[in-house]
Amino acid sequence: MHRLAGVYGALAILLALLCAVPFFADDYLLTVLITILYLAYVGQAWNVMMGFAGQLSLGHAIYVGLGAYAAAVLYVRFGIAPWIGMLAAIAIAAACGALIGYLAFRFGVGGVYFAILTIAFAEFARIGFDHFGWVGASAGFFLPVANYARNDLWNLRGDPAMFYYVMLALAAAAFALCHALLRSRTGYYWQAIREDEEAARSLGIDTFRYKMIAVVISGAMTAVAGVFFAFYYNNLFPEQVFNISRSIEMILGPIIGGIGAPFGPIIGAFLLTGASELMQNILAAIGFDVPGAKQVFYGVALLVVVIVLPGGVWPWLAARLRLSAS
Amino acid sequence: MARSKAAIERLVGMDDLLEVQGVSKRFRGLLAVDDVTFRVPQGSIFAVIGPNGAGKTTLFNMIAGVIKPDCGRIALAGARVEGCRPDEICRRGIGRTFQLVRPFPALSVEDNVVIGAMLHRRDARAARGHAREVLERLDLIGKRSQIASTLTLPDRKRLELARALATDPKLLLLDEVMAGMRPGETDRMVSVLGELNRAGGLTILLIEHVMRAVVALAGRVLVLHHGAAIAEGPPEAVMREPAVVQSYLGAEALA
Amino acid sequence: MPAAIYLNVAISGLLTGLVYGLMALGLSVIFGVVRVVNFAHGEMMAIAMYLAIVLFNTLGLDPLVLVIPLAGVLFVLGYALQAGIINPFISRPEHSQFILLVAIAIVITNALLIVFGPDARSVQTSYSFDSFAIGPLIVDATKVYAAAGTIVIAAALFAFFRFAPAGKAIRACADNYTGALVVGLDVKRLYALTFGLGAACVGAAGSMLVLLIDVTPALGPAYTLLAFIIVITGGLGSMPGALLGGVLIGLAEALAGLFFTPSAKSMFSFALLVLILLLRPQGLLARRA
Repeated sequence: MHRLAGVYGALAILLALLCAVPFFADDYLLTVLITILYLAYVGQAWNVMMGFAGQLSLGHAIYVGLGAYAAAVLYVRFGIAPWIGMLAAIAIAAACGALIGYLAFRFGVGGVYFAILTIAFAEFARIGFDHFGWVGASAGFFLPVANYARNDLWNLRGDPAMFYYVMLALAAAAFALCHALLRSRTGYYWQAIREDEEAARSLGIDTFRYKMIAVVISGAMTAVAGVFFAFYYNNLFPEQVFNISRSIEMILGPIIGGIGAPFGPIIGAFLLTGASELMQNILAAIGFDVPGAKQVFYGVALLVVVIVLPGGVWPWLAARLRLSAS
Repeated sequence: MARSKAAIERLVGMDDLLEVQGVSKRFRGLLAVDDVTFRVPQGSIFAVIGPNGAGKTTLFNMIAGVIKPDCGRIALAGARVEGCRPDEICRRGIGRTFQLVRPFPALSVEDNVVIGAMLHRRDARAARGHAREVLERLDLIGKRSQIASTLTLPDRKRLELARALATDPKLLLLDEVMAGMRPGETDRMVSVLGELNRAGGLTILLIEHVMRAVVALAGRVLVLHHGAAIAEGPPEAVMREPAVVQSYLGAEALA
Repeated sequence: MPAAIYLNVAISGLLTGLVYGLMALGLSVIFGVVRVVNFAHGEMMAIAMYLAIVLFNTLGLDPLVLVIPLAGVLFVLGYALQAGIINPFISRPEHSQFILLVAIAIVITNALLIVFGPDARSVQTSYSFDSFAIGPLIVDATKVYAAAGTIVIAAALFAFFRFAPAGKAIRACADNYTGALVVGLDVKRLYALTFGLGAACVGAAGSMLVLLIDVTPALGPAYTLLAFIIVITGGLGSMPGALLGGVLIGLAEALAGLFFTPSAKSMFSFALLVLILLLRPQGLLARRA
């Protein structure tokens, strides 16, 4: 038991360190860390559907996109602050998730077919937004960028350090939320559904309802990341935001880090981004910085990890530290 | 204590807990269950036996909500339940186990039972408390932290039993729970079930092939053959009936 | 617009669709038997297409002549991939398989990027601009040859699965895995054979497709997705279904491109996919389970 306290202690120290980072880090490091925290956050959101409820979504970029466009449009066209726009983003993404979930679960679409269904929806959105003139279509939608003397947290305009703290807060909140969810009745029921849906039903669990809850929460959480995405990058192109490679990128973290435990996506995000940056630097150093080189090594590294550690890094690590894996 | 309670209930004329009336099910060309009717009194143990293909599993699945009957009625404590979904059936008070055991493999023994307990207890701590009580009663408390997939078959069967019991069922459906167990393990399961029935007043409906268990446990037996009921009554009487001997048991069983 | 234009576009779509169908056939065979979602399918086709371009440019070999050799090369590649890397993943959860194949796809796509660069490449043969005139219709010669090649190869594949002992053994595996094991079939080798065959289809399709479209390293994912749409529409495990699906999709895209902006045409494919997944997930021509 005290080992678990040790882990939480380590987490607290990590959090404190992360809070202190902007005081001595350059913009490059901040950017990398923002990417890590972003991936940890979306990985956590995706994990709710996959790791908890056992539904494989390969089109999660749709929620990022919907959230991003919703908040961005409300800000640019109606002057609504992103924290308010976030509510609309969450509502739209939740509705989308509910639609996908309803169609899939009512019609009994599961497993690989469900995954392909999610891809189809994301692609549909991508092409749809490509032709959606009011939000810029394929030419893109832009947020005004100005050189502000000070940070405007309310409107999410500011320097990298401000975005860093916002992302850190979001990632920490997501971790805490997932942790709490797992210990609630909903969390237990999700695990039951993931393990054996029919057996779960025999215990009185309304599996349709709980799967819907997972999909809606997952989508809503992801939409918040979309809002951040819009205000951090200040430009939205359907080709990039809804792209299937975005969906894939989102799930690499949890799969490598470990599905099902709140630690998984965090470890995965750190390892993947860290490895990616490391490779970038090594390749530049040896002069082989050709387009595609980094990704080849990245792909090989993924291959190796998924072959050697099929359950992900966290369960392996937890076993080493002799903790329970959840 | 509970025995006399059951006796009093019979005297007072308590309703049967489970009523199955005129239930039939056809699969394309095959009439799997043919107009079956029986009642299970509160606090009793009722067994359904018969050769393979007799329709026992189909009948079981209709009571458990997995399949809808084509016609007929199934009532639990007077309330109709035929056609309800499996999760609704459980919420009404029918628990079940599976012929091929299905514990939640990656979860611990305790967590398995906690999930069952959560049906009537939202709070995790209360659910865990109840789960521990059930595990104690089934002598699994020592293994509560073990991962379900590492258990032996008899232990997994007891785990599934514990998990179903944690939902506080009024009626427990057991699908060939003795299958694949050695005689010593069977006897152990029989004594556990007998205890649950005597001390806890739990009504049990079991589908079974292992006659040793049926004779030891059941107060009444229903024999199915080609989907229809061919005999019903106390086990010793039913097992002597010529139709039953011919279709299922064989003359050796009488020896 | 005059009817002849619709007809021309439709026929063009139909012929191209047949080639898509061959590509999808490979995926159907793989998914139908090995039950692994080959997310590197389009990337494998890209390999074949680039090989065709290189051989055309260096040795002057016509892509149609290269169909068989490239199918052979891809066969070996697919066999090795399955036997060597993918096999242990068959019993693992879907997300693990998915990452494995995505990783393979990433490696292939970027290796191609390193070697060939990002610019589009194509093949210009002596008959690239020829066409046949049949009454009011004008049909591209390349499309006719490619479609003809597809039919020949598909027929050969059907015959293999129907009559050859190995083919029948593979079908047995697909129908009943445990039964196949019990009967003593070497399932691992048969899976590798199947993957090889699926890859060979893709190699053949790629070799022909190179006459019809430009190649970039990034076209992998789009074609993987297309293959999935076709296979699900036509029905898993149904070989005629894959071809039918390909034809339908080719047709739908070509005609939709007429009525709407060309770039919106794939929305129809996805809408169709969603409908099929919901209403008839076993596809249009699948055998009843």
